Amino acid sequence: MRNLAPVTDAICKTTDSAGAPRAHESAAKHVSGKAFYVDDIIEPRGTLYAAVGYADIARGHIRTLDLSGVRSSEGVVGVLELDDIPGITDVGPVFPGDPLLSADEIRYAGQPVFAVAAQTELQARQAVKRAVIDCESRAPLLDVEKALNEKQFVRPSHSMRRGDARKAITEAPLRLEAQQHVGGQEHFYLEGQVSLAVPAEDGGMLIYSSTQHPSEVQKLVAEVLGIPVNRVTVDMRRMGGGFGGKETQAAPWACLAALLARKTGRAVKLRLPRCDDMPMTGKRHPFFNRYEIGFDLQGRLLGAEITVTGNCGHSPDLSDAIVDRAMFHSDNAYFIPDVAIDGHRCMTNTVSHTAFRGFGGPQGMMIIERAMDDIARAVGRDPLDIRKLNLYGTKGRDLTPYHQQVEHNLLPELIDQLERSSRYRERRAEITAWNAKNRVLKRGLALTPVKFGISFTLQHLNQAGALIHIYTDGSIQLNHGGTEMGQGLHTKVLQIVAETLAVSPDQIEITATRTDKVPNTSPTAASSGTDLNGQAARNAALTLKQRISECVAEQKQVAVEAIRFTSGQVFWSDNESMSFAEAAQLAYLNRVSLSATGYYRTPKIWYDRESAKGRPFFYFANGAAVSEVVIDTLTGEYRVLAVDILHDVGRSLNPAVDRGQIEGGFIQGMGWLTTEELKWNAEGVLISNSPANYKIPAVSDTPAHFRVDLFKRDNEEETVYNSKAVGEPPFMLAISVWSALRDAIASLADYRVSPALDTPATPERVLGAVTETRKQAAEKGAI
Amino acid sequence: MEYQLKINGRMRSLNAEPGTPLLWVIRDELALTGTKFGCGVASCGACTIHLNGNPTRSCITPVESAVGGEITTIEGLDDPISAAVQSAWREKDVVQCGYCQSGQIMSAVGLLRQNPRPSDEQIDSFMSGNVCRCATYVRIKDAIKLASDTLEA
Repeated sequence: MRNLAPVTDAICKTTDSAGAPRAHESAAKHVSGKAFYVDDIIEPRGTLYAAVGYADIARGHIRTLDLSGVRSSEGVVGVLELDDIPGITDVGPVFPGDPLLSADEIRYAGQPVFAVAAQTELQARQAVKRAVIDCESRAPLLDVEKALNEKQFVRPSHSMRRGDARKAITEAPLRLEAQQHVGGQEHFYLEGQVSLAVPAEDGGMLIYSSTQHPSEVQKLVAEVLGIPVNRVTVDMRRMGGGFGGKETQAAPWACLAALLARKTGRAVKLRLPRCDDMPMTGKRHPFFNRYEIGFDLQGRLLGAEITVTGNCGHSPDLSDAIVDRAMFHSDNAYFIPDVAIDGHRCMTNTVSHTAFRGFGGPQGMMIIERAMDDIARAVGRDPLDIRKLNLYGTKGRDLTPYHQQVEHNLLPELIDQLERSSRYRERRAEITAWNAKNRVLKRGLALTPVKFGISFTLQHLNQAGALIHIYTDGSIQLNHGGTEMGQGLHTKVLQIVAETLAVSPDQIEITATRTDKVPNTSPTAASSGTDLNGQAARNAALTLKQRISECVAEQKQVAVEAIRFTSGQVFWSDNESMSFAEAAQLAYLNRVSLSATGYYRTPKIWYDRESAKGRPFFYFANGAAVSEVVIDTLTGEYRVLAVDILHDVGRSLNPAVDRGQIEGGFIQGMGWLTTEELKWNAEGVLISNSPANYKIPAVSDTPAHFRVDLFKRDNEEETVYNSKAVGEPPFMLAISVWSALRDAIASLADYRVSPALDTPATPERVLGAVTETRKQAAEKGAI
Repeated sequence: MEYQLKINGRMRSLNAEPGTPLLWVIRDELALTGTKFGCGVASCGACTIHLNGNPTRSCITPVESAVGGEITTIEGLDDPISAAVQSAWREKDVVQCGYCQSGQIMSAVGLLRQNPRPSDEQIDSFMSGNVCRCATYVRIKDAIKLASDTLEA
């Protein structure tokens, strides 16, 4: 350009850069309805609307598929079947097993068979209903224990060993064994799966998709179309919730929209109605866990054999890594001297289960937390004492079952602090007295910790890129490979760049995540969005800062080390400065590039899966929660009365965002363990298929006392500004609610019975556990 | 069929089949996309609008039943109660993914119009039809109380 924009040299306010509770970058848009999601984008002329036809049997074969009624249905412009796909037909993200459309075998109720594009969404959905899919049906395999017995696996089993667990258990003074079923979870992102495909030149495609993994959508769309990846661009500004449910599950709908767009030559939008989204997309894996443990008379673990079995549904999807993460977390925060952990990946005839906040970690933790409570009842001590006794400690008690040393172990101190601040001991005494006086209502209390490993366990995903442009008016455009789903990633990355360049966050515009800006990105998952992309963006900003510094130093004839960026100004001496915008113009006029990429890869991590040894995690995020509940022993109904949380986010990049993640994660975890019940009928059809029969927490489920504190300690590993990841770890703090329910039930037997309580711990299950506890207590003569 | 609707203070005419959910008319015909589709069965609250001042689930409201009424969407909020609620929402950093939030705000404004000083139980009761999967509930409650305080001051 010839004529540069005028600049002001106002001192900018940088007080809300990294570390400040700066508001969400889109807050103003969100409260006025102006934040655009995929379904809100202005559609191209002639856009068609798609619907997907699926099988309603869970297992069998298609005998005949008659789509003549579909083709002649009003408004239909294009119909897509398996044979119409020019490229690959299996969209499995890691391993094959996820056919985009099926023409023969059906492996779950809800499996897509064909898709339709019509003039209106209603016409598309009406057309789908006119298909005649004649199937030969077989009895579906739905029982995970049966699948385990028959070794029906989607992937091979995996083991982790340290020492001789069998010998340690056999020689231990006390032994216990138990098993548990842990329920799955529907993501229920408020914005369902949606994609808009717009045909481009050279057979290419522009895809707007609500996805946590734009690069994978790009690759799969290219592959189903049979074109190179560089002809597909994916654009993702924000998701209306993801939670893992849009890591792999967004891609099939983008592929179908793209194929229909190719076929019709028009833009195609595919938005799943909720009644399709729930049966057709994967959920959190239900797990079946077992333990056999040996411990001493004080309750200290000596050996453990733990088996975690994920119900994976019909295909592998991400189940290898998810069951691995369940195994990595089946020790949670506790040292097990001799340990054997086995993980199985069972095949059943349901939708393929997938990533969901915690990625198997929560399901794995449940078994060792059950063991802690069971040990406490067996030796007659408070469960908190047993948990503290078994925590990872110093040398000799710091090695995980996968041979990673637990460094910078914060939990002993963190738990002590929470024990005091929550008045755990005093409340324990108050509850004992209260329970003695109340015959029907019983209170329970529990403190449970979380130690969650941060990094993708698939090493190559631990990399990220960013792209920053500085324009000649001093405004900055920031792009990185992460996606915004409400976790505050964009707000944090924006703060990091503002801090690095010492400019106001208001000067920076963060744009939609796009595969043509930052290529080959990893999914925004594993809580690692800020660790990876924040550091990549910081590196891009540092490159630009260096270039501008060199230019200003040369022009002002000073050493480059003398250049300082402060409060929106660039100083070349103690009292001489120009505004950031003036510095940008100076750089432009001197032909210095004002655009830079940044890149980051996580150091130190490695894992040899063959020997199940390594350092899969860069560091651990820690936390603990105390929950108090009251149950009605006549009905099984209960309330969560009070929750106190102390959580470790390192040096918080944004306390407002971090606390929001902790509050929301806890409540979502509480829903998983209490009210959210997935139900399939005997034919394998999902019957918890709407918000009317699947209960997620509402405002009225929020505990009356809900206190969240941040544990103030910088991350000792070199993460961006010594912060820690926060997306997933708080989810598992909700295990304290489940443990408190067991505590309340155990009070009926003077804490000498440890009641089994599968999850979700619905009132029905609580009532069942009350009955069983009373029965066992009577047998023991405890009451 | 042609309908005349009064929406955000303006008369708008549009064509729709009788029985078409008001949500579709608002989003697809009138391009007011601040109101969201969540479940389609009035069980999540994302589509909440005001019909004659009352929070209403637009996904199950037939277009014809809104004729002659006053429709307000998130884009049309323009009164002291709404301003207080929107400001409190920002002050308390309520929003995470944001998708349910226009519905939450429409309900919160409706609540404060009927009850300027709601108790915790009244907030729970009135707002329990608006679900938030990010579970921003603690802050939704705080923001409603802050807005109530602001309006009283």
